[in-house]
Amino acid sequence: MSRRTPLFDLHRTAGARFTEFSGWEMPVQYAGIIAEHNLVRSSAGLFDVSHMGELEIRGSGALALCQRVATNDASKLAVGQAQYTVWCTDDGGTIDDTILYRLGPERYMFCVNAGNAEACRDWIREQQKHVPGADVVDRCDELGLIALQGPRAVEVARRLAADALPALARFGCTETTVAGVPVIAARTGYTGEDGFELFVETFQVAQLWQALLEVASDDLPIAPIGLGARDTLRLEAALPLYGHELSRDISPLEAGLGWAVKLSGKGEFVGSRALAAQKQRGLARRVVGIELREAGIARADYPVKSGGRTVGVVTSGTKSPTLGTAIALALLASESVDAPLSVEIRGRAIQAERVRTPFYRRDDAR
Amino acid sequence: MEFPEDLKYTREHEWVSIEGSVATIGITDHAQEQLGDVVFVELPSVGDRVEKADAFGVVESTKAVSDVYAPLSGEVAEVNDDLPDNPELINEDPYGDGWMVKITLGDKADLDDLMTADEYRKFIEESAPE
Repeated sequence: MSRRTPLFDLHRTAGARFTEFSGWEMPVQYAGIIAEHNLVRSSAGLFDVSHMGELEIRGSGALALCQRVATNDASKLAVGQAQYTVWCTDDGGTIDDTILYRLGPERYMFCVNAGNAEACRDWIREQQKHVPGADVVDRCDELGLIALQGPRAVEVARRLAADALPALARFGCTETTVAGVPVIAARTGYTGEDGFELFVETFQVAQLWQALLEVASDDLPIAPIGLGARDTLRLEAALPLYGHELSRDISPLEAGLGWAVKLSGKGEFVGSRALAAQKQRGLARRVVGIELREAGIARADYPVKSGGRTVGVVTSGTKSPTLGTAIALALLASESVDAPLSVEIRGRAIQAERVRTPFYRRDDAR
Repeated sequence: MEFPEDLKYTREHEWVSIEGSVATIGITDHAQEQLGDVVFVELPSVGDRVEKADAFGVVESTKAVSDVYAPLSGEVAEVNDDLPDNPELINEDPYGDGWMVKITLGDKADLDDLMTADEYRKFIEESAPE
């Protein structure tokens, strides 16, 4: 049985088409993927991502538990700051990629992927046994999540007099109210644009959603955005998607997330020995960005070849609505990343080339 | 949703327009709507032989790759050269500028299996999940 978010009926009324995603019946598109994608790049879009999970860690041992399960250095977080961080197994495989928010002196919250929420909860409860003074509170059912993304997200917040939002730094977080609804707000997202993510109690998700949509006008277009455009947006920004660029079989180092893996400075954590060994040996394979140089679209699982040999596989690919080119992330043998490449599409070798990521970078991004 | 009366239809959501011995083929309004934004089209070459029920082309939307099946056997007489650069024509005008190929008919008996507009409309209604 698929689960539904509190906004399911609103999505249906708005003409959404639904898809099954990680056990949830989620809106995949409303007006059309390209139109929705372009709206987020030009104005602002609203995403119902209430399927995401939230695990709160409290107590005198909270920091120690966060440090134990995740690769980034949580001790660098002041109250009101968030960081991207990865959970690994002992052998360095990826359990999930998450954002960790520090909400109070002894209060942290991980936002985990819907498909991994249960595994993460079970995992951290197991790890908790090694850390005294840390409580784990499963808030997955209690909290929904709305993402407001786009260059004009700040204006939307201002129109609702939610001045705490524009005041947030990138990756800042705070507890505040938006349109009278209490939220945990963070200046984070999964689109490559400026914007906010708003955690809100399940019973108030619809109220907040409608308040945000009511700001929409001819001058400031805002619309709901489905998972289809969420995927093309994140891919242009070269943000990994669990199950594609990351898995139990792909380490965060291989996925190019070394910047979020602190092998020195924070001490040992689950997976740190395996990751350090992997780094020392040198990575045998890496996720890189590629672009097709001939007509076609590279899709997940298509083989990537070089000199007649298979050197890797496409992990995600699409036609970039913003750039107009066929972009993809691919997991390739390290020695081949800069060699002439081709993607095998329906039995034909289509020329491809490694390109820098992100494929798309917003103008004001530093 | 449109189902022009003068066209014939398949269960794989292609339409066929017959003029003499030439069949023009495309995908239906229903098919383009289900696919969403079409961003890539792969067509056969003029002179290629296509066999009824075999895939002769590919239509890709932002999210999905779909084969297009030949409603009848014959030889490709013409392909829509505008499509590779303007795949969105399939969304905008599926029965007009979004046509895909013209095929010189081999066996006219192939036409017997095609549905009328009414039959196709009924077929869609019956197979619709919601």
